[in-house]
Amino acid sequence: MSLIELKHITKSYPLEDTQLKILKGINLNIEKGDFVAIMGPSGSGKSTLMNILGCLDKPTSGTYVLDGQRVENLSADELAEIRNKKIGFVFQGFNLLSRTSALENVELPMVYANVPAAQREERAQKALAKVGLKERMNHMPNQLSGGQQQRVAIARAVVNEAPIIFADEPTGNLDTKMSVEIMNLFTKLNEDLGRTIILVTHEDDIAHYAKRIIRIVDGEIHSDERNEK
Amino acid sequence: MIDAATIFAIATRAIKANKMRSILTSLGIIIGVAAVIVMLSVGHGAQTSIQNEMKTMGSNLIIIRSGVATSSGARSGHGSKPTMKKSDGDAIQEKIEAIKLAAPVLEETTQIVYGNANWSTGVTGTDRRMFEIKEWNLSYGRMFSSTDVRSAAKVAILGQTVVNELFGDVDPLGKTIRIKGIPFQVIGVLIPRGQSGNGMDQDDVVYIPITTAQKKVMGISFPDQVKMIMLQAIDSQSTYTAQEEIRELLRQRHNLGINKDDDFVIRNLTQMMEMMESSTKVMTILLGSIASISLLVGGIGIMNIMLVSVTERTREIGIRMAIGAKAWDIRWQFLSESLVLSLIGGLVGVVLGLVGSYLVGILSSLPTKVSLIYVLLPFSFSGMVGLFFGFYPAYKASLLNPINALRYE
Ligand SMILES: Nc1ncnc2c1ncn2[C@@H]1O[C@H](COP(=O)(O)OP(=O)(O)OP(=O)(O)O)[C@@H](O)[C@H]1O
Ligand SMILES: [Mg+2]
Repeated sequence: MSLIELKHITKSYPLEDTQLKILKGINLNIEKGDFVAIMGPSGSGKSTLMNILGCLDKPTSGTYVLDGQRVENLSADELAEIRNKKIGFVFQGFNLLSRTSALENVELPMVYANVPAAQREERAQKALAKVGLKERMNHMPNQLSGGQQQRVAIARAVVNEAPIIFADEPTGNLDTKMSVEIMNLFTKLNEDLGRTIILVTHEDDIAHYAKRIIRIVDGEIHSDERNEK
Repeated sequence: MIDAATIFAIATRAIKANKMRSILTSLGIIIGVAAVIVMLSVGHGAQTSIQNEMKTMGSNLIIIRSGVATSSGARSGHGSKPTMKKSDGDAIQEKIEAIKLAAPVLEETTQIVYGNANWSTGVTGTDRRMFEIKEWNLSYGRMFSSTDVRSAAKVAILGQTVVNELFGDVDPLGKTIRIKGIPFQVIGVLIPRGQSGNGMDQDDVVYIPITTAQKKVMGISFPDQVKMIMLQAIDSQSTYTAQEEIRELLRQRHNLGINKDDDFVIRNLTQMMEMMESSTKVMTILLGSIASISLLVGGIGIMNIMLVSVTERTREIGIRMAIGAKAWDIRWQFLSESLVLSLIGGLVGVVLGLVGSYLVGILSSLPTKVSLIYVLLPFSFSGMVGLFFGFYPAYKASLLNPINALRYE
């Protein structure tokens, strides 16, 4: 059984009196421990697919089995629970809470998982140390560089031991040097800790860090191949 | 759901992040709570002063006045047509077991003169039973004797205020004062009682024998007329049970036929107190409700700011939801924020209200009295206002869709 199984997933948005079909029947299996890059032209539906995979959004039709559980019809609170336990997000725009220290940002997933305060802090400190921000724990996001902010976001995504990490253009706002750092971090998470990583990117250089590259064109999977390094 | 400590830590952080705005928002609640406390303390003070007043009038008291009680029980201008006599009181005291004492009262406000000094005050014709009922002793001099009453002697007992106004440092005993031009000899001075609960000077009084008042000082329309009779019953229960007996006796003495209304009104102190208390209670409730409106307005202010806050923080809500916050987590976060805002406002309001009540008490003639319940009530009300007006913004926040919230600029 795969970690992620999508069958005939579609997503439409109402447009005037018709439906605008964004995803047109996606069939996709992703195995545990895989590192997948999703590529495709702008507007092809990559983020839409990511949002459904990440349980932030529901498909219009089709079935989605995540870690053995049907999720396409779950309530908002049940999806929140799954996001909290099984999924970590890394966004293009970092999405850290402002006026909140790096440490507290990393503690956040544990707050909603009801981890006791003392344990929260300890685990958050470890996660930050792993991404090389031991010295910056009490900095606010606006006191950190883009790359550092993205590393805080990665620490936040892994701190709850979520088995899957979704990253929607995680290097989109970063220069090449920082992008390399971030991608090395993802590679390490995938190889050393066995986390499944699914990321969306425009850049071939970034996609090359992945083990598998899926191209989406116009809401359909155009190609799906292993990446020969 | 997240633990309370974390929730409140998040709330206080958000409140601190916008200090000025938080202060202004709480201001509505602060003013509301303070106003309610001041108003309630004024009302409560009035009530207490009535109770104190009643206590100094004497215990187990029944008062009989002239007047018509209609069948509906409403009084029509009591005392308008005088009907009571001193002998009515004497008969009641003699014939009705439950009544211990019956003091006649005939009173008038007039000018009193001693030498060059003059003073306007209430002169009351009565006898020694009045002082027994009021449990009021002389500080020096002597009480009215039965001879004084029988012979309508021109003697007077003064309250301390009258002594101060007319005599200053001079010893008033044996001196002659003039009441309506008639010379009276001062025979006694009462122990000072100070102000009554409602600020009336109880020592601003002159007592003369009832017979002297009837025959020489005050105009009466029939012999032995009095304004009212003060009765003291043997116990408080009797102030109710003796009333029917008194009524029958008086109807008989006043020759009232079966189809005629009473020409007198019997009231006991408890009834009078209840009447006055109920009217001050109405006043208290009225003042309290007016002040509560400002609390409600404060609540609307909180709701307004919370709605702004939810909109401003849409992205934050999206982040929290993406990370695993459930609807109730978001709801609690904003609810606790409005709750903390309103409770802090309530707390400051309580302090201001207490200071305000104190200042009103000393700067105006209104007596104020603060009691715990009248402080807890508006405080807990402020908490409820915070919850009530915080709910809608919190609910709105919890309904946000995580994707739209994350995309919000
Ligand atoms: N809420 C929405 N309502 C209507 N249309 C939407 C909505 N969200 C996305 N779309 C449309 O769906 C299409 C796919 O959007 P999506 O964000 O998935 O593209 P993408 O592949 O991620 O593109 P990019 O590379 O630019 O990020 C777009 O044409 C977009 O306009
Ligand atoms: Mg996109």
